[in-house]
Amino acid sequence: MTANPETTFTPWTRKRSGWAIIARKEFADHILSIRFIALLVLLGLVGVGTVYAAATALKDAAPATANTPGLFLRLFSVQADPVPLSFVTFLGFLAPVLGIAFGFDAINGERSQGTLPRLVSQPIHRDDVINGKFVAGLSIVGLIITVISVLVAGVGIVMLGIVPSAGQVARLLIWLIATVLYVGVWLAFATFCSVIVRRASTSALLSIALWLVFALFGSLLAHLAAGVFSPIDQGNPESAYNNAQAEVTLARVSPTVLYQESSLALLNSDVRSVGLITYEQIDQALPSELSLTQSVLLVWPQLVSLLAITVVIFAFAYVPFMHQEVRA
Amino acid sequence: MSDESGVLIEATGLRKSYDNAVAVDGIDLAVSAGEVFGLLGPNGAGKTTTILMLLGLTEPSGGEVRVGGLDPMRHPLAVKRQVGYLPDAIGFYEGLTGRENLRYTAALNEVLPPEAGDRIDDLLELVGLTEEADQAVGTYSRGMRQRLGLADVLVKDPKIVILDEPTAAIDPEGVAQMQQLIGLLAHRDGRAVLLSSHLLPQVQEVCDRMAIFVKGRIVAEGTAQELGASLADGRARFRISLDASEEVLRTVANTQFGSDQVEIEAAGHGSWTVIVPSLSAQSLFAALVNANVEVREMRDLNSELDQIYRRYFRESAETLA
Repeated sequence: MTANPETTFTPWTRKRSGWAIIARKEFADHILSIRFIALLVLLGLVGVGTVYAAATALKDAAPATANTPGLFLRLFSVQADPVPLSFVTFLGFLAPVLGIAFGFDAINGERSQGTLPRLVSQPIHRDDVINGKFVAGLSIVGLIITVISVLVAGVGIVMLGIVPSAGQVARLLIWLIATVLYVGVWLAFATFCSVIVRRASTSALLSIALWLVFALFGSLLAHLAAGVFSPIDQGNPESAYNNAQAEVTLARVSPTVLYQESSLALLNSDVRSVGLITYEQIDQALPSELSLTQSVLLVWPQLVSLLAITVVIFAFAYVPFMHQEVRA
Repeated sequence: MSDESGVLIEATGLRKSYDNAVAVDGIDLAVSAGEVFGLLGPNGAGKTTTILMLLGLTEPSGGEVRVGGLDPMRHPLAVKRQVGYLPDAIGFYEGLTGRENLRYTAALNEVLPPEAGDRIDDLLELVGLTEEADQAVGTYSRGMRQRLGLADVLVKDPKIVILDEPTAAIDPEGVAQMQQLIGLLAHRDGRAVLLSSHLLPQVQEVCDRMAIFVKGRIVAEGTAQELGASLADGRARFRISLDASEEVLRTVANTQFGSDQVEIEAAGHGSWTVIVPSLSAQSLFAALVNANVEVREMRDLNSELDQIYRRYFRESAETLA
């Protein structure tokens, strides 16, 4: 038997560390998987649909918007009928699904296939397994998001006939990184579920449940909690301000809110604050653009928080995985 | 070979206890190059726990392990580089072909192409899977998986091979193929092979030495002959089937040997286990014939390993209980 058939796994031709070998194999598995193709198609349709509606609306308003700063980036953030949400909002809503899809069976999948004991008895460290899988998941998610965003940008450029400036491309790239960070939170959480829950289906349900809680009830919970911690006193206007401030702060516990704020500031150069603004603060203010650095600075805490949440959740997955029994 | 005596796996006083249970209770083992050593014991005796400790995948609660002269907890990679491990209930990536699964293992072991490709071809031929190498593992039978597992173990060309229940749940033909391959690993290639099983005939077939493992302890160790002899303790054990009642048997045996020397246990279906002083079977047989009892069957249990095995389990269960 010498014929060399098409294979999905051809080894490295030079030595790599264990996690890289695992990440490479996982990446190859993902890219041929049905879930990858399904998510790519789904997001592709969403992306083209939203950007088509947005571009049509922007074209109709062309005379009025001719001088709008960052018109190109509006493609991503403008909502226009008949599509109910903008691309950014859609992606913010669907990004957790990406993370969950490539993480929920990371470890328990190896367990249920019985490949884990074989894998960890190879000359690799045990954390190579979870690290490699996380890297592979994040890479595949990054690939999907980049492909879809480039697709959306391409459709927009063709329809609007405007070419993005270097600054706009840079904003888009940083926003892509923020999106991958946000997906990283969910990938880490799904990986955590795959470590502590033996069944892949239970792990997926657990991840999806948490996502729905944050996506649907996050703002409601923040509102209720703000009412408890900082109640509004009818006679005292300052208490209303404090209550609103508390609500904004509490809402930021949710990675979804952190990501939405980051998107807002990164894709709209005229957004000057993602927090609470009083009328006094914007009264008489001249609309002006922030530079890229200023926009990044504005949401730097959000970006760092997203990274920190990812790292913390990943640590919660990592530690029990290192101590778990290997046997099935 | 890491050591002059050729001992590649060595455990002394190895213990593993969990919160409320002792899984492995101070065992000693030594397996040399070129030898197949069998750990024989019922499920739950602690065999897999012992194996995981030898591999450094579970931390021992006490005792020492040396695999290839190294402590697996301190030098995990060096140990795992020279030990091939076939877990029980081996799993493969179902969507990948047999060859792809082996390539992955090769990559993890830093066996690089083109060497990896040649070695994988050779191994697939050795285990007789050349034809099926490019089918998805999902289509493989259990016996094929087990043989692919053996190829997988050998991809890293290990000096030490540890097989956990290599012949469980596969058909008799598959068992014979596995046994032949396991023999080759030790006797032709000079590897040290440790295998665990709860099935005595299979251990007996392939192992040079064996240890009987019950409730976390090794209760006996040696070749099959040594084990049989050590249990005989100067008494003969027979299984007798009669067309007569236990009363008749007891009377005849007592007359022949004296009632304090005879033990009789019912074994069902008109048969009994008789333990008498070490005398030839003929004297009991002759006595029964003289008493006009029709003897349907009479077997010497001391020479049958499955009886030895069962007796060890019963005895240890009694002494440890």
